[in-house]
Amino acid sequence: MGRSAMKGLLAAFVVWLACLGVGWADLQDVLQDNRAAIEKASRKTVDAVLADIAERGGSEGAAFLEQWQDKAVWQRKADGLFFYVETDDKQTYQLIDVSSGAVVGEAGKRDLKNLKPNSGVRGVIGSALVEFQLSDPEPRRRMAALRAIERRPDRSQLEPLRNSMVDEPDAEIKRRKEVLLALLTVRFGADIAERVAAAEGMRDKLSLETRAALNPLLATRRVVSIDGPPDDANVARKLRVGSEDLSEDAAYQMLVSAELALPDIGAEARKAALIASIAEGAVGGVPVAELDSDVARERAFAVLTAEGLAPPSVTAEEREAALRAHEFYEVYTEPSAEVTDAVQGTLGIINQRVAFYQVLDLSLDGLSLASIYFLAAIGLAITFGVMGVINMAHGEFIMMGAYTGYVVQLFVPDYTLSILLALPLAFAVTFGAGVAMERLVIRWLYNRPLETLLATFGISIALQQLAKNIFGTQARPLTSPAWLDGAWVMNDVVSVSYIRIAIFGLGLIFLFLLLFILKRTRLGLEVRAVTQNPRMAASMGINPDKINMLTFGLGSGIAGIAGVAIGLYAKVTSELGSDYIVQSFMTVVVGGVGNIWGTLLGATLIGFLQKWIEWFNPSNTLAAQTFMIVFIIIFIQFRPKGIIALKGRAAGD
Amino acid sequence: MQRSFFARNPSVLIFIALLAVFTLTVTVMSEAMGMGVLSTSFIKTLGKTLCLCLIAIAMDLVWGYCGILSLGHFAFFGLGGYMIGMWLMYERTKGIVLGSLENAPLPPTPEEVRDAIGTQIFGVVGGAEIPMIWFFADSLAAQLALVVLVPGALALIFGWLAFRSRVTGVYLSILTQAMTLALSLYLFQNDSGLRGNNGLSGLQNIPGLSGMSQAWVSLWFLWASALALGLGYLMAAWVVSGKFGSVIRGIRDDEARVRFLGYNVEGYKLFVFTVTAIIAAVAGALYYPQAGIINPAEIAPIASIYLAVWVAIGGRGRLYGAVIGAAFVSLLSSWFTGGGAPDVNLGFYRIQWTDWWLVLLGLSFVAVTLFAPKGMGGLFDYLVRKPMPDRPGADLGPDQGSRREVEQ
Repeated sequence: MGRSAMKGLLAAFVVWLACLGVGWADLQDVLQDNRAAIEKASRKTVDAVLADIAERGGSEGAAFLEQWQDKAVWQRKADGLFFYVETDDKQTYQLIDVSSGAVVGEAGKRDLKNLKPNSGVRGVIGSALVEFQLSDPEPRRRMAALRAIERRPDRSQLEPLRNSMVDEPDAEIKRRKEVLLALLTVRFGADIAERVAAAEGMRDKLSLETRAALNPLLATRRVVSIDGPPDDANVARKLRVGSEDLSEDAAYQMLVSAELALPDIGAEARKAALIASIAEGAVGGVPVAELDSDVARERAFAVLTAEGLAPPSVTAEEREAALRAHEFYEVYTEPSAEVTDAVQGTLGIINQRVAFYQVLDLSLDGLSLASIYFLAAIGLAITFGVMGVINMAHGEFIMMGAYTGYVVQLFVPDYTLSILLALPLAFAVTFGAGVAMERLVIRWLYNRPLETLLATFGISIALQQLAKNIFGTQARPLTSPAWLDGAWVMNDVVSVSYIRIAIFGLGLIFLFLLLFILKRTRLGLEVRAVTQNPRMAASMGINPDKINMLTFGLGSGIAGIAGVAIGLYAKVTSELGSDYIVQSFMTVVVGGVGNIWGTLLGATLIGFLQKWIEWFNPSNTLAAQTFMIVFIIIFIQFRPKGIIALKGRAAGD
Repeated sequence: MQRSFFARNPSVLIFIALLAVFTLTVTVMSEAMGMGVLSTSFIKTLGKTLCLCLIAIAMDLVWGYCGILSLGHFAFFGLGGYMIGMWLMYERTKGIVLGSLENAPLPPTPEEVRDAIGTQIFGVVGGAEIPMIWFFADSLAAQLALVVLVPGALALIFGWLAFRSRVTGVYLSILTQAMTLALSLYLFQNDSGLRGNNGLSGLQNIPGLSGMSQAWVSLWFLWASALALGLGYLMAAWVVSGKFGSVIRGIRDDEARVRFLGYNVEGYKLFVFTVTAIIAAVAGALYYPQAGIINPAEIAPIASIYLAVWVAIGGRGRLYGAVIGAAFVSLLSSWFTGGGAPDVNLGFYRIQWTDWWLVLLGLSFVAVTLFAPKGMGGLFDYLVRKPMPDRPGADLGPDQGSRREVEQ
């Protein structure tokens, strides 16, 4: 006892000492003035306290509010003074002065009481704090305050926010403050003209926050009326009963809750009432066996109601009549039509621009999908397009390339290096596989294209199963280097991941590389000669066997590189290739066989088409693929030889 | 005077006799007949194999005789299965629903029954409404008609579009493959109205035959499948033996020449394509009640390619070849993948056939295409000592006299 009395004395002494200073004493005094209200803070009473602290507490007051909100303020029971505390063992607490931050004493747990304001009070404190924080020297704190306002916009924040604009040094924060101020003005502005002006001033904004913040202003509620729209209501539109926006049940429910119609107890309840009243095999005079239609049930129920055995309910006709007799409107909660019109106009303009950017984003998506298809198909454009060999195992070459990348990453942990190594290695592996396949199988079947298809399909299932046996059925990761993570962001709507840009770049490189090889090199000349007329080429001293082998190897090797690229953004499984094979053939066929540019066009068409169809029905990529294939089947009707059809001698027979 | 059809085609009689003997033997050895040597599930496997033989005949007609390598006939097979599956599932669910509502205090209204059926069938895909395409599901006759009509119409439209624009050869193959892919992707969606990737299940329970044991049901289906196979074989043999058969073989060997002779090539092709699609659909309608479940994976392009594999291994351009190929490969396949084949111990590695069977199948397929383009059916040529023409170059088609490789 004696000790705690001593402590109390000491504390009083300290207080007295400190009173000689300035500011600190003020805060503790302010707090003591409001002691009762702080101890028993409630949502209703706390406003006065906060106002007092704001007025007289200075910056220490803000700090105090923060601590109070965090439940970190303690009160000494003996004299009712407020402290922050520090403790090592949760038994004895170091008392920290609320303004100087110095340790001014020590107390046991029993002598202290923790202030725990309830969540309502904490919310009020939070919004009061915002006012302090808006002018905080720390930019991070100011941003936090802005976010707090965004979450809980309130009329009271308008003035502090406007005041804090003047000396805001940070340009980015200033911009955000402007947006927020405009939003608050639209919602809580003094008069309609000011609000309309604020709403119209936001037309050049695009951010998701702006749109999200404007939308609540257009919040509506539904009202029922008997004749014409309700007076002095800001009507958004009239609702048609039975339309998508207002089902008959919902409309009738509205009538019931407006006490304009009798409640419909529903078919289930009617049925239950009927069952409850079965007596001697009949309900209300109707035999149970006849109650197998809604009409009969309604009739029996009417009898029950008439006898007072069941609550009154409505028949289908009465329901119908009640619905016909009333009109249903959607009414803005915002009473002023000028404001809602202005907001709607602004949102309309914003949405237009958003739509524009969405089309741009969609096109970029389509472009990146197109480059993936192009990469997958470009090898095929050589083997199928130039040589005319159907290689169903092409997809498996893509898979082999992806697995090569995976294996390289097992040995080379550095992702950048491993990808740089994997690209040529994948080319080498699939080039070898392609040459082997050409030598062993395909060259015997050059005259029998349908059988080439089947034989290469046999190889395809064998390779796929082999990959399953070696690598297992689960997906293997092919990790892209860190500098390929992330995305290029243009604004809230448009962004493209770097990996897709890289794939696009890779596709371009291969396009020009192949064009160069085919058009500008000796090998390309010989390839074209052999595919146009092997016998003539042979008599010119070209070895057709060798050229066929190299061409096939080249096409297969490119498939391997495509495999690495595709593996970077999709999981590597043994089915990786078969997912692309049909699309790849489609790409080549649509583009026009025997032409690299045709493949490019085909890939572009298919990529864009698929993205656009997906856009109409975003939840369903399966349907998009279905429709795309159907489109291609129809497209082939009109251009059986593809977009770019070879003419003259190059077209062959 | 022309000899009779059977005299000109002795293989038909032999085949039908063998089929009859097979069916009789299986019947006698079945559980239903009391012998119990063959289990019910094995009889189902045999019945399913007969259906696969039937679709192989269709494939042989369209590919081996008409030269259209269709990689889409399993789509028609699957569609046939879906059509009959809709009736089986609807009726069975209706039976269950009516049974459960029987003891309800009030007799159910038609709406209640319909709602309950809808919830039962479409609960798994988050729906309760019965889609429009199930409109006829209540009527066996209508669904049986749809088994023929829906795949037939699809084949007709697709074939008309494709043949009209002179899409031939490998392009046509790729196009048919795309059609199959599109169909299976479409059916994979939950809102396709056919239960998405859950497919239709419980098809082995035949409504109205609940008192009959599965042993008997399987036997009945075996008989039905054998009958369908026999009739299909007979019809196919009759079709290819006459003038019509000569024309479609001509189309296979040199389409342009047949066109110049004044035949309507597109019409012939369209007819063959559609008829074979219908045969495939009938085979599917018999197959899936024995399999018990159908889902979109059955329609995936790979299935149709396997069909081509069977026919190629069996020997295309001869009907019995297709039957032998389908029966041999599918039975062997289920033997290998079912773990029936013993592991091979190489000392350093143990070959487990469940893992390696596909590799073996793929490679043997390559071998057959390279070294034995006539397939297993070619062995019969040695048996009957068919005279071989001695001409330079290898045959491009499966028959003698078909177009040959020319010296380039």
